[in-house]
Amino acid sequence: MDDAIVFTLNGKQVRYAGSATARLLDVLREDYRLTGVKCGCREGECGACSVILDGRLANSCMVAMGRVDGGTVTTIEGYRETARFKALDEAYASVAAVQCGYCIPGMVLASECILAKNPHPSEAEIRVGISGNLCRCTGYNAIVKAIGIAAKEGEGLW
Amino acid sequence: MREISEPVPKKDHAAKMDGSAVYVADWPHKDMLHGKFIRSPHARARVVEIKLPPLPAGYFAVDKNDVPGINEVHIVMDDTPVYANETVEYIGEPVLMLVGPDEDEVKRLADETQVVYEELPPVLGIRNFDTVFFDYRYDKGDVAAAFAAADQVYEEEFETGYQEQAYLETQGMIARYSDGKVAVHGSMQCPYYIHGAVAKATGLAADKVRIAQDITGGGFGGKEAYPSILACQVAVAAYKAGGRPVRVVFDRREDMEYTSKRHPSLCVYKAAVKDGRVTALDIDILYNAGAYTTLTAVVLQRGVIAASGAYNIPNLKVRGKGVKTNTAPSGAFRGFGGPQTFFAIEMMMIHIAKALGEDSLAFRLRHLARQGDTTSTSGRYHFPVPLPAMIEAVDQASDYRRKRAEYSKAQTGRFRKGIGMSLWFHGAGFTGSGERDHIKAVARLRKRPDGRVEVLASQTDMGQGIKTTLCKIVAKELSLPLERVFYENPDTDRVPDSGPTVASRSLMIVGELLRQCAIQLRERWRDGEEQTVEEHYKEPDFLLPFDLDHFQGDAYPTYSWAVAAAEVQVDSLTGVQEVLGAWGSFDAGTPIDQNILRGQMEGGFLQGLAYASMEQMEADGKGRIRNNSLSDYIIPTAMDVPVMEAQAYVEEYPDGPYGAKGAGELPTVGGAAAYLGAVEQALGGASLGRIPFGAEDALSVLRADAPKEVG
Repeated sequence: MDDAIVFTLNGKQVRYAGSATARLLDVLREDYRLTGVKCGCREGECGACSVILDGRLANSCMVAMGRVDGGTVTTIEGYRETARFKALDEAYASVAAVQCGYCIPGMVLASECILAKNPHPSEAEIRVGISGNLCRCTGYNAIVKAIGIAAKEGEGLW
Repeated sequence: MREISEPVPKKDHAAKMDGSAVYVADWPHKDMLHGKFIRSPHARARVVEIKLPPLPAGYFAVDKNDVPGINEVHIVMDDTPVYANETVEYIGEPVLMLVGPDEDEVKRLADETQVVYEELPPVLGIRNFDTVFFDYRYDKGDVAAAFAAADQVYEEEFETGYQEQAYLETQGMIARYSDGKVAVHGSMQCPYYIHGAVAKATGLAADKVRIAQDITGGGFGGKEAYPSILACQVAVAAYKAGGRPVRVVFDRREDMEYTSKRHPSLCVYKAAVKDGRVTALDIDILYNAGAYTTLTAVVLQRGVIAASGAYNIPNLKVRGKGVKTNTAPSGAFRGFGGPQTFFAIEMMMIHIAKALGEDSLAFRLRHLARQGDTTSTSGRYHFPVPLPAMIEAVDQASDYRRKRAEYSKAQTGRFRKGIGMSLWFHGAGFTGSGERDHIKAVARLRKRPDGRVEVLASQTDMGQGIKTTLCKIVAKELSLPLERVFYENPDTDRVPDSGPTVASRSLMIVGELLRQCAIQLRERWRDGEEQTVEEHYKEPDFLLPFDLDHFQGDAYPTYSWAVAAAEVQVDSLTGVQEVLGAWGSFDAGTPIDQNILRGQMEGGFLQGLAYASMEQMEADGKGRIRNNSLSDYIIPTAMDVPVMEAQAYVEEYPDGPYGAKGAGELPTVGGAAAYLGAVEQALGGASLGRIPFGAEDALSVLRADAPKEVG
């Protein structure tokens, strides 16, 4: 009997034969070498390790591999291949929303989750949507602005 | 606006945006050894014995006896040991490191390692010090005469807590020793500081030490001196490991609890007032240095120099002590000693105005320093002081004066509002003659035969955008497209020592050196050839020499200026405070990139407000810091200050590139008093003097004001 964990990772089906209690964060970084997934606290507080799990933003440090079985995981490495990423990329660049960069992969995936749910979010909705992702550099204004720009310039993508 | 201020996409944007940027933790580490510290559980103790468990082949321990050079970390003074000596001086001080190929096994062995200690009584709490590391004093005018002639004398105490940098990327280093040379790379602000420290600890010649910066996930001062300590520890381990790289990456709790934070402070201000004007200040300042001196001398210098704020007070007596307690050494944090005394002077001025029955802003305006006035250290404000115009800009943005008047009326509802304003400066660059006597910056440009130009300097980009701004300066002088000018992360094998990335100096000092390099290269440019040009720092000739023994002369060549207003609502039922809006005007000279400058101002402004409101960290009665996680030490989210506006005001500095001056630290320095001033008003005119000020603090003020039951 095969009790491996099978899930879709960045569009490809993968089979993980390790422990069901391993952290998704560690498995993504160490087993799949997806180091765009950052570790900021390992306690579910900072959001640097955010991934999209079955369509929702999740702190991968708080997810056991058993939960992922049969599911779909998208990290920045998968997301960066999309047209939506390109719209966010240009928007973030246009307002210099990236400083140290450590929160950014998680922040980009949070941006995606905001816009996927609501293609025309208000500023307040954007702030709620990224409130689980800490950024110590920007004071958030530039990131909030960038998501608004992406929504406008990427009209039709979401 | 100057053309150079036009924003461009940042040089480091793409790799950080798509997740391909490699930070220290991201290097493949299957073949590396992992290091784990065994730390002191006591604030002060004698190390009696280390009992190691049986170590499997390939695992080893590293302690003070393994240090091949001198067991001291070279910082300003060299009292910090690489590994603990006979005693440990704070909870978390590393006694030894366990090293081996499997991280889990290293952790298991670390758990089984026993260190026998003989506990000693620790010194805890800033008021209980018995060791004074540094004791500074300076005088201006005749303080005794001013107090003798005073109409009123006011005295008040101000206290500030720790502030943790909370950069999103924790500290980490990787070191390898091979062929007689040690190479260290990791998260850092100052490669050449580390270079000097590692050379001393390993006993290796300068050319046998190589330090390279990895992409660094935030610093804010926290990666100024601490990486020298960690790099020495890891380099010593690598020396023993015989060729295999050794890796140490901190977890969040380890980083928050044991690495340096902003110095807690206790200041006593005494003011003489004559005819409604402050004629003298007698100021006593204590900064809690923690267990070792690290950067306390220079942090304290900046604090004592700023003690009288942006005001022209003719008579001053300022005394500042950096005192030892048995806690993790305090260190650099954006603002570097300025936030503590600016908080004190601003609150003092607000309170004196209140006692005199005068509007606090009008009172402060009457005391403002102007161009040509003497500074606290009897130097000069050589350039215009633009604060009055900046106050008007902030008043316009925030509607400060109208709100201040409105909220001063009695408030009895559940939610009560207040608005506060603070004024401050940041001395641009190193204090005193540090730049000329110690740093002696050298910067280079190398033109490749293909016409591309490389910036060779030791400045580190930790998010603040220095890679982009330096390249913009060079590209402009050479009339090259920005893509043809590039800047790799500094590596001491490749770049000269253009100094550390601290003190808001990089753009102002190194940016100007590189501008001079570019002019030189432009004049000598020959197509198709490789060419290298170099420039050395020269002090501006207008400076009045600074005498550090007496704190006399120009402490800084120029100043960056700021004004901030904060509007706060207090819930009188719960004490919870909410920032309704924050508005700032910041003069860092010419923006070399408007977007980058705005990002610095907004991010720093928020840190400064959070310093006063939510960021609380304390050492308990045993010297232990328990607010050591992002669950217990709260930094702002995107919802905490939804309305925050940072405007740029431009007063050009002729000796900075295109008029730019120090930017990075400015926004963090003085927002605290705007915040607490607003809270005071919301609480019906209480006089407050301590930050952080939380919900419980507000409740105790409200309870004290509540009618008491009698009989």
